[in-house]
Amino acid sequence: MAEKLIEVRNLKKYFNTSKGLLHAVDDVNFYINKGETLGLVGESGCGKSTTGRVLLRLIEATEGEVIFEGKDINKLNHKEMRKMREEMQIVFQDPYSSLNPRMTISEIIAEPLVVNKVYKTKEEINKRVSELMEIVGLADRLADTYPHELDGGRRQRIGIARALALNPKFIVQDEPVSALDVSIQAQILNLMADLQEELGLTYLFISHDLSVVKHVSDRIAVMYLGKIVELTDYKTIFNNPLHPYSQALLSAIPIPSIDVEKKERIILEGDVPSPVNPPSGCRFYGRCRHRKDICKQQLPELKEMGKEHFVACHFAGELE
Amino acid sequence: MNGEQMLLEIKDLSIHYTTEDGVVKAVDGMNLEIAEGETLGLVGETGAGKTTTALGIMNLISTPPGKIVKGEVIFEGEDLLKKKAAELRKIRGNKISMIFQDPMTALNPVMTVGDQIIEVVKLHRKVSTKEAIKHTHDMLELVGIPGERYVDYPHQFSGGMKQRVVIAMALACDPSLLIADEPTTALDVTIQAQVLTLMKKLKDELNTSMIMITHDLGIVAEVCDKVAIMYAGNVVEYTNKENLYRTPKHPYTVGLFNSIPAPDVDEVRLKPIEGLMPDPTDLPSGCPFHPRCPKATPKCSQVVPENIEVQPGHFVKCLEYSEGGLY
Repeated sequence: MAEKLIEVRNLKKYFNTSKGLLHAVDDVNFYINKGETLGLVGESGCGKSTTGRVLLRLIEATEGEVIFEGKDINKLNHKEMRKMREEMQIVFQDPYSSLNPRMTISEIIAEPLVVNKVYKTKEEINKRVSELMEIVGLADRLADTYPHELDGGRRQRIGIARALALNPKFIVQDEPVSALDVSIQAQILNLMADLQEELGLTYLFISHDLSVVKHVSDRIAVMYLGKIVELTDYKTIFNNPLHPYSQALLSAIPIPSIDVEKKERIILEGDVPSPVNPPSGCRFYGRCRHRKDICKQQLPELKEMGKEHFVACHFAGELE
Repeated sequence: MNGEQMLLEIKDLSIHYTTEDGVVKAVDGMNLEIAEGETLGLVGETGAGKTTTALGIMNLISTPPGKIVKGEVIFEGEDLLKKKAAELRKIRGNKISMIFQDPMTALNPVMTVGDQIIEVVKLHRKVSTKEAIKHTHDMLELVGIPGERYVDYPHQFSGGMKQRVVIAMALACDPSLLIADEPTTALDVTIQAQVLTLMKKLKDELNTSMIMITHDLGIVAEVCDKVAIMYAGNVVEYTNKENLYRTPKHPYTVGLFNSIPAPDVDEVRLKPIEGLMPDPTDLPSGCPFHPRCPKATPKCSQVVPENIEVQPGHFVKCLEYSEGGLY
C-alpha cells in the first residue's frame, strides 16, 4: 500500500520585482510516495528549481503547505525545522559551485555531521565519512584532496555523499547530471538508483532532460510557467501525453537512432512568456496550436483524465 | 574515397598545448574530409579535442600555449595553415564561418544586432551601407526574426533568438563551410528544435557544408550525413550516419550508445563506460581507450591502432579490426 511521504498543497512562491509580481511557483499540488521518484520536468524559468527549494524550505513559500510525514513544515519553528532538515536533503546541479573550494572532501562530507553534532568523537566522524565515500564509490585516498583536483563526476559523488550523511528519507535532486558528460551521467544515474533501493530513499528529480527523467522516475510532472500542466506515470507521459505542451516537449527530443519513423515534429512558435504578471487564462495560450477563446479567458484546472493521469487543458483527450 | 573534390581535407593534423603539467596532445594525427553540401558530425565528450579541431581549421589556436605541430588543412584546394594572417582574415566570416556554443557571450552587448551583422558584410563585400542594411534585414528575416529588430541590442532577445542572430551573422556572407560548436547545448529543448529545424532548412537552401560539433547523438541522427567520433584527440571511428547507427564498430562508440537513456526504450539499467577520461598530459600507451575498454588485451596497451577501413567508407581505429587482431 503506497504511503505518502510528502504532500504539497496550493504551493505558491511569488517574487516582487521592479516590473511586477513574478509568479515563480503558482498553486502547485502533488504528492510523493515513500520510495518513489517523482520527476519534475520543464524548461528554463518554469519554476522547477524554485519548487525544489521551497519544498525544503530553503526559500520561504508565499503560501501553501508542505506536509512531510503528516507535519506541515511551513509551520515549524526554527529549532524544529533544524531537526527536520536531517530528513530532507538536496543535491545541486553544479558540481563546481556547490562544493566549498577551501574544504577537503572529507571536510565537506563531514560538515552536516559536525553542524548537527551527530557524533562525539573525531574517530566516529571519520568512520562515517569513510563509509559514505565507499557507498558513493569514492576511493579512500581522495579524502584529503580538494574539489578542484577532481572531475565533475567525482565532485557530484561528493555532493551525493554529503546529502546522505544524515540518513535522510527524502532527497531533492536538482538537475544532478546535467553538467556531466554522457558516460559519467550513466554512472551517476545507476548509483542513484542503487542507493534508492538499498536505503529506501524518496526522490524529487528535477531536470529539463526528458530522456533522463523518464529513466529514473516512477511518475512525472510537467511544469510550464509556474504551473503543473500534466502529471502521470513515466510510461503514460511518453505513450499518451495529453497536454499540448507535453506533446511538443516530447516531440522536440532528438532521438539517437535512424530507424525510427520520422514523427511529426511539433515546433512551438515564439518563446516562453515572462512569469511576471502572467495573463489570466491558460499560460500556454500564446504558443498553443489548438488555442480557442475559452483558453484565453479561463485558467484550466488539473483534471483526472485516466487512472492517476492529470491534465490542465480544456480540451485534454479531444486533441489528436 | 571517391572522385568528388572535397571542400575540406584535414591531413594528419596535430595540435599540442604546452602547460605547466606537461604537453597536452589535444589533437593527434587527425584525418577528415567534407564534401560540398555535406554535414559532418564531430562527436565526443569533454576534452576529446573537438573545439580545438575547429579552431585549428581556422588557424585560431592561441600560440602560445597552443601550437599546430604538423598537418595540413586543405580548403578549396589550398592549405590554410600556410596562409598569411591577412589572407586568413578574408576567409574567416566569409568563406568559413563559426557559430560558438554560448550565444550569450558571442554577441557584443554594446552594439545593436544589426550593426554586428552589417560589420561582417561590409568587411567582406564591397557594398554601400544602404545595401548592407538591406542585406542585414533579409538575413534576420531568413532566420525568423522580424527585420525591424535590427536596431535592438542582444539583451533584448531570448537565448534562442540570440542564437538565431549568431546564425544570421555566420551566414551573412554565404560561406561554403559553417562550423557550429555545440550550437544548441545552452538552449531549452523546444528552442533547440526550432534552431535545428532552421539550420537544416538553411543548409538545404544555401547548400552550405557544415561541421556540427556535439556530444548529442540525437542531434547527429537528425542533422548529419557523416560522423566522426573523437576520443583523446583521435578520430576513433568515421563513417556515414547509417553505418554508425546500425553497425557501430569502435568499443567507445558502442559504449556511448549504451550510456544514453533513449526515450523510446524501456531499459532499467544503463551500461556506462567504466572509468574516466584520460589525463591529457599523460595519455595511456598504445590505444588511448584501452584502460576503459571491455575488449582490451595486453596488446592494446603496446600497439597504437591504425586507421582501418572495415567496410567501404567506414574507418575504425581498433586492433580488433587490424591484421593480427587483438592478440
